[in-house]
Amino acid sequence: MATAAMTTRPAQASAADEAIRVEDLHKSFGKLEVLKGVSLTAKKGDVVAIIGGSGSGKSTCLRCINFLETPSSGRIIIGGEEIVLRPDGTPANRRQIERVRSRLGMVFQAFNLWTHRTLIENVTEVPVHVLGVPKAEAHDRAMALLERVGLAEKANVYPSFLSGGQQQRAAIARALAIEPSVMLFDEPTSALDPELVGEVLTVIRDLAAEGRTMILVTHEMNFAREVSDHVIYLYEGRIEEEGPPDQVFGAPRSDRLKQFLKTVA
Amino acid sequence: MIELLSLSPPGWGGNLLRGLMNSLQIALGAYGLGLLIGLAGAYGKLYGGPILRDLLAVYTTVVRAVPELVLILILYYVGTDLINKASEAMGYGTVEISGVAAGIAVLGVVQGAYSTEILRGAIKAIPIGQIEAARAFGMPPLLLLRRVTIPAMMAFAIPGLANLWLIATKDTALLAVVGFSELTLETRQAASSTRAYFTFFLAAGALYLMVTLLSGRVFARLEVWARRGQPSLRKAGG
Repeated sequence: MATAAMTTRPAQASAADEAIRVEDLHKSFGKLEVLKGVSLTAKKGDVVAIIGGSGSGKSTCLRCINFLETPSSGRIIIGGEEIVLRPDGTPANRRQIERVRSRLGMVFQAFNLWTHRTLIENVTEVPVHVLGVPKAEAHDRAMALLERVGLAEKANVYPSFLSGGQQQRAAIARALAIEPSVMLFDEPTSALDPELVGEVLTVIRDLAAEGRTMILVTHEMNFAREVSDHVIYLYEGRIEEEGPPDQVFGAPRSDRLKQFLKTVA
Repeated sequence: MIELLSLSPPGWGGNLLRGLMNSLQIALGAYGLGLLIGLAGAYGKLYGGPILRDLLAVYTTVVRAVPELVLILILYYVGTDLINKASEAMGYGTVEISGVAAGIAVLGVVQGAYSTEILRGAIKAIPIGQIEAARAFGMPPLLLLRRVTIPAMMAFAIPGLANLWLIATKDTALLAVVGFSELTLETRQAASSTRAYFTFFLAAGALYLMVTLLSGRVFARLEVWARRGQPSLRKAGG
């Protein structure tokens, strides 16, 4: 809680190549402390994977980064811009949050497409209405993105008529449409039937390969090992172990991580 | 009988139609006002602080508890009295309050209480993830209301709102007690002048029925539009 007093301090200039920096993030729901001081940094082009058991705080951590959850305390610096927080952790400036959020491409576990809009409308919604991109331009870019995730022929279909894998690929296109500086993935394949997981992972793998900055909360250990530059293992709201994927998965030091990897393998 | 209903005097058909137009005007105005109050009320109940929520609970409970006729009498006489007292106190003398405006205001307050509950339920029925996605992409609150909350809740709100509209059209008849010449009062005057009670009240009934049938069509189309993104229940099977 003591960190709250320092939250107006400007971020260091050395942070120019940092896409995201989180310092000493705490989050409590009532008396339950879900995050007990998590820090992480993602440089531009990094893929950071967050793994951990159910209730480890990994989703909460991701949701705090774009303030879908209000942190109890801590600092969050996105693209060198520190989010100004009140002493209780709530954002002091709604417009700053909205501006920062419109640079973060969030992909949810449950897709969360807008069901009253077609796929193309879902993809153009934020560029046109939040970012002020001209309609024709947004439409062309959205079509290109739907093409890219293999859904061009479904552009005028409503999400409820599509499979989970198709909906999630459309949700990724929606997130890409804002030209995000960072992509945030919150367990993007957890709600999918096993045979649909592959098509979504293929899309995410392509994004990693083209050098996008991503933070990925996932249960897919092989995938995390394959695409990430840095892996963080959370246990009960703390970072139990972190490092390059080959080290975390290949030579884990902590007993809890060893145990965890055994149970999910 | 045909002469009695003809549109120009000595027939009373014109009076009936004028009454119908007045009724529709008030119903539309009150319905619109009710929707605005309802949207604000629903938002207040869902997102407001404890004091606002308590005040809104008092509003919806009292308005829905007291018979509409009593409310109309209270709001109409007390309302006009208060406005006159206030304008006198400020030195303007008594003001003439238009029957239409008073009718819209009074029925609008009644409608607002019901639509608060309908819209509150509809907003709660929206999958939370859709609101969250809008927030996550930086939508400011008013844009979110306009682009996500209102269109997404429509599918859940339309049946209740259709009911409310039909109630609005019929509640206008209650304004007869304060001397507003809507369809029911016009009908009563025509009937008592000519002693042709049966003819005129049957005609009025037919007019109300026509309004209902037309409204049903409009709302059926609205519902199809509002549910455009939802798979059909029929296909899903019972």
